Amino acid sequence: MHLLVCGGTGCRASESSLILESLKRELEEKGLGSEVQVIMTGCFGFCEKGPVVKVMPDNTFYVQVKPEDAAVIVAEHVIKGRPVQRLLYVDPKSKEHVSDSKHMGFYRKQIRIALRNCGFINPENIDEYIARDGYEALAKCVSEYSGADVIDIIKKSGLRGRGGAGFPTGLKWEIASKNKADQKYVVCNADEGDPGAFMDRSVLEGDPHSVLEAMAICGYAIGASKGLIYIRAEYPLAIQRLKVALGQAREYGLLGNNILGSDFGFDIELRYGAGAFVCGEETALIHSMEGHRGEPTNKPPFPAESGFLGKPSNVNNVETYANIPVIITKGWEWFSSIGTEKSKGTKVFALAGKINNVGLIEVPMGTTLREIIFEIGGGIKNGKKFKAVQTGGPSGGCLTEKHLDTPIDFDNLVAVGSMMGSGGMIVMDEDDCMVSIAKFFLEFTVEESCGKCAPCRIGNKRLHELLTHITKGNGTMADLDRLKNMCNVIKDTSLCGLGQTSPNPVLSTMNNFMDEYLAHVTEKRCPAGQCRDLMKYSIILDKCVGCTACARGCPVNAITGERKGPHFIDQEKCIKCGACFEKCKFGAVLIN
Amino acid sequence: METIKITIDNKQVEVEKGTTILSAARKMGIDIPTLCHMRLDDLNIENKPGGCRICVVEVQGRRNLSPACITKCDDGTVIRTHTPRVMNARRTVMEFILSDHPKDCLICPKSGSCELQDMANRLGIREIPGQEIAAMSTYRKDTSPSIIRDLDKCIMCRRCEMMCNDVQTVGALSAVNRGFMAAVAPAFEQNLEHSPCTYCGQCVAVCPTGALTEVDHTRDVLRAIVDPAKVVVVQTAPAVRAALGEEFGLKPGTLVTGKLVSALKELGFDYVFDTDFAADLTIMEEGTELLNRLGKFLKGDENSNIPILTSCCPGWVNFFEHNFPELKDVPSTAKSPQQMFGAIAKSYFADKIKINRKDMVVVSIMPCLAKKWEAQRPEFSVDGNPDVDFSISTRELAHFIRQANIDFVNLPDSDFDRPLGESTGAGVIFGNTGGVIEAAVRTAYELFTGKKLSRLDFTELRGMEGVRQATIDFDGFPLNIGIAHGLGNARKLLEDVKAGRSKFHAIEVMACPGGCIGGGGQPLHHGDSSILKSRARALYEEDKNKPIRVSHENPYIIQLYKEFLGEPNSEKAHHLLHTHYFDRKAKIVVKP
Repeated sequence: MHLLVCGGTGCRASESSLILESLKRELEEKGLGSEVQVIMTGCFGFCEKGPVVKVMPDNTFYVQVKPEDAAVIVAEHVIKGRPVQRLLYVDPKSKEHVSDSKHMGFYRKQIRIALRNCGFINPENIDEYIARDGYEALAKCVSEYSGADVIDIIKKSGLRGRGGAGFPTGLKWEIASKNKADQKYVVCNADEGDPGAFMDRSVLEGDPHSVLEAMAICGYAIGASKGLIYIRAEYPLAIQRLKVALGQAREYGLLGNNILGSDFGFDIELRYGAGAFVCGEETALIHSMEGHRGEPTNKPPFPAESGFLGKPSNVNNVETYANIPVIITKGWEWFSSIGTEKSKGTKVFALAGKINNVGLIEVPMGTTLREIIFEIGGGIKNGKKFKAVQTGGPSGGCLTEKHLDTPIDFDNLVAVGSMMGSGGMIVMDEDDCMVSIAKFFLEFTVEESCGKCAPCRIGNKRLHELLTHITKGNGTMADLDRLKNMCNVIKDTSLCGLGQTSPNPVLSTMNNFMDEYLAHVTEKRCPAGQCRDLMKYSIILDKCVGCTACARGCPVNAITGERKGPHFIDQEKCIKCGACFEKCKFGAVLIN
Repeated sequence: METIKITIDNKQVEVEKGTTILSAARKMGIDIPTLCHMRLDDLNIENKPGGCRICVVEVQGRRNLSPACITKCDDGTVIRTHTPRVMNARRTVMEFILSDHPKDCLICPKSGSCELQDMANRLGIREIPGQEIAAMSTYRKDTSPSIIRDLDKCIMCRRCEMMCNDVQTVGALSAVNRGFMAAVAPAFEQNLEHSPCTYCGQCVAVCPTGALTEVDHTRDVLRAIVDPAKVVVVQTAPAVRAALGEEFGLKPGTLVTGKLVSALKELGFDYVFDTDFAADLTIMEEGTELLNRLGKFLKGDENSNIPILTSCCPGWVNFFEHNFPELKDVPSTAKSPQQMFGAIAKSYFADKIKINRKDMVVVSIMPCLAKKWEAQRPEFSVDGNPDVDFSISTRELAHFIRQANIDFVNLPDSDFDRPLGESTGAGVIFGNTGGVIEAAVRTAYELFTGKKLSRLDFTELRGMEGVRQATIDFDGFPLNIGIAHGLGNARKLLEDVKAGRSKFHAIEVMACPGGCIGGGGQPLHHGDSSILKSRARALYEEDKNKPIRVSHENPYIIQLYKEFLGEPNSEKAHHLLHTHYFDRKAKIVVKP
């Protein structure tokens, strides 16, 4: 019997390491220390209900476990074989306790390729990775295949880059392999920067060897002997696990000279980033690794031609690499049988926002938004109405009700005005103001622009200012025209992907929610009731009983009135904090 | 040469493979506007960050507009440079740039020669939509002895950064901050005074706006002239006469020596002298020093301090004081001509006209901004009274002449006053790279060999290559000469000296590309390197037309030694005309 305790960053923040210790202690006390193993794994993905503990082999899935629950798990489940009912997941529809995770709505439709080992193995133990066919792919490559064979397999698999733009991975490798140089580099982009996206971190925390193995395979394929992982310093756990994994892989001879007795040598170094979003852009990433300012440069030349230190370099992101070993062991035919015609395999998404099951999921390409949001994600929080979903992070767009049945793949998302991006998915409900949402994403890109090119440096700032202007009720119809023109020009003229996509949230909300923009501009009204400057608080005289609770709660003394008499709000003084609304027990405060 | 066929604006043309769209278009006479791009052909200097996005064009088959300055043509590329889409993009981007730029053109030192102003004009910008809600990026203003930085006016073209780092290897300026607040500044936004800045002024020479300008001393000069108690003496550097005419619409390379003298007299200077006189004096002192050191060297003295390095250029002096203080005994101890002139004017000449040095104001007209700081060095003053009171640049003089409503172009020629206005051809060529060493060779040869030179034009020492070398036959002794212009090139020679592998006996260094004719205080070249070459030609022309072309034959120099100094390198000469250098590494504050 194994007890798996989630050791992802989220669950660790909820004291999962204490759960681990408590379980071990309980088992020791019961004399089962050597019988039952307690293992800290990577992320299970179901962060909404973390910390998660899973009992193997029966797949029992305990949610929201506390350290003090260790005693009952050991006493009941381990010793008596009876699952602890109160710790099981409750299906929100049937209200039944679900014991086996395979039957949970969250997991039912998922196929885990990139996340295959996350939540199954101890990421700090290379033997567990090897036990699940780890490094078999590398062994197969160096013993059976030529570099060209490997590239051929990756090309046939149809794998496309999971970092954002979806460039065919095999083709990228082929270009790097054809450029002759005395030194080439394999670079892993672990500078995950999309707000809310954390799949790369989870892979590195839960299954670091899969990335190391894939990078070695890439090195073998393109003729590189050096690998570099560019990882943001804010990922300390991932960094620590990578360091452990690198040490073990070197010890086992899976990195270093003459890997598995072959002529092939490869080793990997870590490079730390300071967390700038733009450093996820490959040329900026390379400049940052070289010790320069993290700024993009014009492409071409692409890194495959002139990358790190001017040498041909292949840059892929973590999730892309995590797919590689399985493609080699299970074959390209298997991989390409999953997904849609032009987007093969699976994609990991980070579900966030107003959705019941916040977490990390992996689904086959072609799964619809409806399946993801309403089946896997468990629908909208608090029974509210779905309004929109932002895919692709701050570079993507807002999709609406009418897009729910679109099968998700790289091309379909672009066709409907968004993009895959790294797989962030932020769900919005009826309470969200779409102008404010656009403003929110712009705030991010304004903050994260490197400042090199004028349209991104200044244009995004101007977009943000104009959106603020509109949310304050000062916008005009001419402003909407100007907004659109600025968006189009910023997209058309910016130097790198950041500026070329930063107006997407504005354009897509303008396309899909023009009525909301018009309401802000022409009626000076925020339909979602989010824009504070457009709100007006008043007291319905018929309902006011003169209890004075509102007047006492008002922090700026904007409410006047005699006890037991009607009260009034001085609009000049009101700061729209909502305190009166909350204090009133009689529903007499009205928000317009 | 491999050629490709491209089409620009419906015209087919054959260009060399690798040509940028911008160069191809320019060759065809199609004028694509550019802002950040700058190229000095013969000096191998190019700034092409692709940041301003003004030069964007439509390239068939590409989704976004492409910057013409860095996009290379492929075979069959079809380009359109002025479509409505392009024009709208340029205009919108220009509006962005101007929305974050102060509108104080009325009192901006760059007004009239500002590339941003010209571009606004060219693109027909008459208003900045949304200016009323647009925030401006503002910074602390920094005034150093030579250069003023007003980053509010910085448009991030990065030209200064390129000059300071790539060309000069000074490393005082680089991009700081991100996004909207990005600007170019010393590390940790220190003042220039606490940075490794040498005041060479090359950043000012290429700045398209008023972000980097010289400290203006014309007001001080005017007040000195107005003061009846002061005798105001002016000296003018060789390079000024070859460039000043450009400010008044004359062709680059037009010599305006006579008009310059007339203008200075009209401006009210009491004595109009020539720095060239002091250049001849420098040759006497430095040439003698060279021969002394050479004598020691030939005797095998290890402390001969060969190679001797020239010391006329204050930017260069700052550079080695900051970067190579351990070599501070190697450069010639001879003061620069500006300072020799000041020292002689306030001693020999003040005695002659029987006034106290405190009643004399010495003004210098220089092509240089580092001269401003040099004049302020404490070691160049007596009891707090500086040898040179004010140094103004060629550009400042042009402003001054315009203020005085002088019709410069139609001025008659006048002669310099005596005795400090007489000079030889050797003094004139001090303004060109290679000129100081050529002048020194002319004198040193005759003093070393005791023979008359059969030729005076040492063309092997001339040219625009960054590092040059020549061996001059000193009657059987091969004198190895090295020449560098641009501090990056100087650094290479200095590293050799430091490592003890320099094969030269004498090295001339000028901080600015092309020498003083390309100085930081000269009329702006706006990226046209042919202007620099015309100025160089003009100085060689003036040399050729001079009746006396070797310094030691200047009758007033001979007289000066006879009446006042005694011999070259005499005790009095040492006291007045020589200096020593400091370790200034410590003045650089590299911390936040």
